Amino acid sequence: MFITQISAFIENKPGRLAEVIGWLAEDNINIHALSIADTTDFGILRLIVSDAVGAQKLLKNHNLTVKLTDVIAVALEHKPGSLAVVLREMEKINASIEYMYAFTSHSAHHNAMVIFRLENQDEAAEKLKDSDIKLIGSEALKELD
Amino acid sequence: MSYLNRPYWNRAIETISRDELTVIQNQRLRSTVEKIYSRVPYYRSKMQEKGLLPADIKTVEDLKNLPFVTKQDLRDTYPYGLFAEPLDAISRIHASSGTTGKQTVVGYTKRDLDLWSECMARCLMMAGADHTDIVQVCYGYGLFTGGLGAHGGAELIGASVIPASTGNTRRQLTMMKDFGSTVLCCTPSYALYMGDSLKDYGMTKKDLKLKFGVFGAEPWSVNMRHEIEDRLGLEAFDIYGLSEIMGPSVSQDCPYHAGLHVWEDAFLPEIVDTETFEPVPDGVLGELVFTTIDKEGMPLIRYRTRDIASITHEKCECGRVHARMSKLSGRSDDMLIIRGVNVFPSQIESVLLEEAGAAPHYQIIVDRINNLDTMTVEIEVSENLFSDYVKGMEVTENRIRAMIESVLGISCKVRLVEPKSIPRSEGKAKRVIDKRVL
Repeated sequence: MFITQISAFIENKPGRLAEVIGWLAEDNINIHALSIADTTDFGILRLIVSDAVGAQKLLKNHNLTVKLTDVIAVALEHKPGSLAVVLREMEKINASIEYMYAFTSHSAHHNAMVIFRLENQDEAAEKLKDSDIKLIGSEALKELD
Repeated sequence: MSYLNRPYWNRAIETISRDELTVIQNQRLRSTVEKIYSRVPYYRSKMQEKGLLPADIKTVEDLKNLPFVTKQDLRDTYPYGLFAEPLDAISRIHASSGTTGKQTVVGYTKRDLDLWSECMARCLMMAGADHTDIVQVCYGYGLFTGGLGAHGGAELIGASVIPASTGNTRRQLTMMKDFGSTVLCCTPSYALYMGDSLKDYGMTKKDLKLKFGVFGAEPWSVNMRHEIEDRLGLEAFDIYGLSEIMGPSVSQDCPYHAGLHVWEDAFLPEIVDTETFEPVPDGVLGELVFTTIDKEGMPLIRYRTRDIASITHEKCECGRVHARMSKLSGRSDDMLIIRGVNVFPSQIESVLLEEAGAAPHYQIIVDRINNLDTMTVEIEVSENLFSDYVKGMEVTENRIRAMIESVLGISCKVRLVEPKSIPRSEGKAKRVIDKRVL
């Protein structure tokens, strides 16, 4: 039901992101989705990758503070209005969104994906199971590699 | 005005001969030691450990045999353990922030407060102030001794006192101009800041009537004195003091600006070697140690200030016989003075311990921006401080900042940084970077 996101604390300085992403490249870790939440002094890098546990180990070895978090991935059709439907459904079950990010993809089963981190996520996920929203599990993600 | 024409508040005691002063000191030292021995069990046992009886202390020469008192002793006897009078006789209590939340507490009897005002009056008059002056006191009023200390002396000389306290620079400068303040009391960095701010409010120093400034509570250089004098159009004096001994007015420089006269009829100064703690000769730098010989509420014997200075007993051209200490040249511990407030890195460390579970690596960066001290605490983000959403990080940052501010009583900035980004030497992080150039 959930997929694993890896997040890392990164200071705002030139070249830092290139360095971090470079380490993932060297270890042949594929990035499916990415977002950065930025403040004046630092950013929180959030990634959905092919090997979250491997990426965690790698970035820790490079002295980064990292964290694995369960997030919800929703499959969408890449066409007007499909995200609006999902968000209305979220509203119906009273799910409050901490953050989200979206991207298009090339899977045989869907061609867009939205990552959600919800408040009271376990409870919300139970309710979503009964809705029309199509959640993606970690197995489905493997097709993207 | 000729220097020698400047009035003394107490000519008899300020220009007393060294021999006469020594007689007073010996007599006051003996009664202080007797009083502490009989009334303060904590210090009595310290004397007993050294096999000392009050009768062993006959003159100032014997002072070197007595045990020291440190800030730790004040903490160990918190809050009233070193008071030599019952609380009934205590008129006022002051306190400074301490590590792990415990403050350093001091108590004054009515007579102590009079002595304090007397010493402050001598300082103000030594600077050239008198009853015709308007004294604006921009030290903090409250537990900090600066505000009320300066206030008492200014009232005693019969000046008109403006208890402006700290903050709100626009209002301070407006009052200074409209009320015609002639004497300013504040920290030297704030004096400089006010000088720089004049133009922001469409003023110049010609709009002000300032003649003298009595600045203290933090170390400053001769260069800074000249800068302040230039910007505010006044003559600047360096006043020294610490709450444990009295507050401001323990010493101050005279119009010859050749060292700070210590009021030796009330405070006996010593300089000791920072490693052997043996007294050193005049002119040699060491740790400044004070013994109060005219206080009732909380007399202290050989209190180690941790301030580094030297001392001279040569008579000054101003006619005063009271010994002069040099401007402070540093500290023998890691204490920082930020906007006049004493800050120990361990205070910040204890907050981090409490807030982050384990003490993360941190660094305190002190700077002076537009003549105002700033403090930034950089903290390496450990896993228990990290959150995957911004709100969570901001809450953490704000919580730590609020805790530090409440412990220290001054504002600060908290910046979260990556692990291992704070430089370490021999595995240990350098805790303090002080970028201020005095």
